[in-house]
Amino acid sequence: MAEIIIKNLRKEFGAFTAVQSSSFTIRDGEFFMLLGPSGCGKTTTLRMIAGLELPTSGEIWIDGEEVSQKPASQRDIAFVFQMFALYPHMNVRRNISYPLVSQGFSKEKVAAKVAEVAKILGIEDIMDRPVGGLSGGDRQRVALGRAIVRDPKAFMMDEPLGALDAEFREHMAEELRALHDRMKATTVYVTHDQLEAMQMGDKIVVMNHGVIEQFGTPQEIYDRPATLFVAEFIGSPHMNFLRFDGAVAPDQTQIALGQTRIDVPRQRTEAAGKLVLGVRPEHVRLSDAGAYRGLVLATEYLGTTQIITLNTPHGDMKARVASNGPIPAVGAPVGLDFTTQSITLFDAATGHALRSEIHERAAHG
Amino acid sequence: MAEVTLANLSKRFGTTQALDGINLTVPDGSFVVLLGPTGAGKTTALRLIAGLEKADMGTITIGGREVSHETPAMRDVAMVFQQYSLYPHLTVRDNLAFPLRSPILRMAEADITRQVNEVAEVLRISHKLDNKATQLSGGEMQRVSIGRALVRRPAIYLMDEPLSSLDAKLRADLRVELKRVQADLGATLLYVTHDQIEAMTMATHVGVLDHGRLVQVGSPRDVYERPISATVAARLGLPRINLLPAGLFGQAPAGAAAIGLRPEHVAVGDGQPATVRRVEHLGDQTRLHLTCAGHDIITLTDPHSTIAPGSTLHIRPQNPLWFDAAGARLI
Repeated sequence: MAEIIIKNLRKEFGAFTAVQSSSFTIRDGEFFMLLGPSGCGKTTTLRMIAGLELPTSGEIWIDGEEVSQKPASQRDIAFVFQMFALYPHMNVRRNISYPLVSQGFSKEKVAAKVAEVAKILGIEDIMDRPVGGLSGGDRQRVALGRAIVRDPKAFMMDEPLGALDAEFREHMAEELRALHDRMKATTVYVTHDQLEAMQMGDKIVVMNHGVIEQFGTPQEIYDRPATLFVAEFIGSPHMNFLRFDGAVAPDQTQIALGQTRIDVPRQRTEAAGKLVLGVRPEHVRLSDAGAYRGLVLATEYLGTTQIITLNTPHGDMKARVASNGPIPAVGAPVGLDFTTQSITLFDAATGHALRSEIHERAAHG
Repeated sequence: MAEVTLANLSKRFGTTQALDGINLTVPDGSFVVLLGPTGAGKTTALRLIAGLEKADMGTITIGGREVSHETPAMRDVAMVFQQYSLYPHLTVRDNLAFPLRSPILRMAEADITRQVNEVAEVLRISHKLDNKATQLSGGEMQRVSIGRALVRRPAIYLMDEPLSSLDAKLRADLRVELKRVQADLGATLLYVTHDQIEAMTMATHVGVLDHGRLVQVGSPRDVYERPISATVAARLGLPRINLLPAGLFGQAPAGAAAIGLRPEHVAVGDGQPATVRRVEHLGDQTRLHLTCAGHDIITLTDPHSTIAPGSTLHIRPQNPLWFDAAGARLI
């Protein structure tokens, strides 16, 4: 297995720039997520690492070797596609054996390796079945088996769970991650599903319009989004944005939302004009004492928690509260309180987060 | 709008019993969601009500009228499919007006305009009325297909996973919108999905389908807190309920074969030792994957928990559910 280093990677398709200039490092054994909406450049990035596209400029290092202009066949990488393509006329065993047989391994070696893979994936009982009659999950496992069997330097996965229904996706996500924990194989995984990225990833790169918006661990990205885009893309429901006109200066610990003073983390920079207060739904509390006021628009029961949609003078927002608490009536006015240390301010013009003391806490771990 | 009743409804396709004696009342003005995995019979139920399939047995009553022998057109239902099917050469306005321009209705053009504008307003697509259907985003197209059902005032709206092809954010927005629209119109709506979040958040009543049988009907809270069986308990709630041998934590009630612990019902502090296998930081919560006496257990903890894989916790049940050997909940 291998470390993958990406330096100033760029890809143009005619006049369209799919990837601007990406740089990041995927450590050996990491489960690494490329996350973003469709068209953000994540699949193009993956395809360049795999060698299915050649970059316009920039470098790709796999296991200490610069491979950016090498063909896919010389990179020793296994690719698992979104629509898992299996050979329909072969049974499971022959599908999984195929990559080894075509490389000319001995029969005994192939049989031993395939048996090992079948055991890892828990598909020993379907090895002699035709692939046509398999369930979606088993097809997915067979496709994985075909990738694993070669012992490649890294796995590339392009939304492998995208075609599955929600419940099953959850199950397969857990299975994939457990498999990774057993094999410790460097894995680069493309998804547009933020929950999948949070759940499975050691590190996440969030992309938008060909640009890396943020790079970090799931919790870092969730707690300290670098941009409005990331704050909105990560989390469900996403971070609330209350838009206001104002100014902040270093050491400031309050801002004014209309007539209400709101405590915020100690600010480190200066900004003025159109600003945004960002606070996640679980850091909004309904409190009679809260000076900031809103109206209840809707409530959604989710079992453990409920989501309350609120209208405020600065836009609609959502609160996530325990469902064993009171259920506010639709139309009722309520007071709102925010967890100070979970607030991020943004400059609406640039979309960037304003630095505050919470970013230093991050640096100290 | 009208009450719809299914009595002893069954349908078989070859050797597959798609629906097996369904009894369900969809009260006037309610939002009923049928929840079940692929193959549970959800879509078949809708198609039988719409008249697109014929039942082998049982009756369907719409507004007090037995409709089993009526054609789809006579039944006065509006259906929304998973895949939006719009007329690509028509504008949004004409797509929405299409069902109203049916020669049977003989509706005046002024009334059509008024109704289309109203629905466009409700679904927040007024600004796109003059766009061609092909110039819309996926979410807008699906709103137009829902709108095409809403322009009519049928006895019941039937919706077959209308949000499942949309991305997560849009799905969340449309969930809230659809519920609001249904409440505003006082519409009767039967909605089928495999997505438990849709069922929990929108339904006034959830019906859980399992292999063609309707196993429980109740409010989302009722079904979540008082599931009739282990299967139903596993259907609602994410992460899923932990189903474990009854005696794992000591004394179990008579007849109990399994203890059901929702992730929030695992108390950490004292009790049985459990090893932390994996920690998932999801931002708003952290999931702990534990192994306790050889059994996998998932529980939730504080988002900034510093618990590391490999460490040992002590856990005990809190408000557990008990199930007998057949999976039925002990009450």
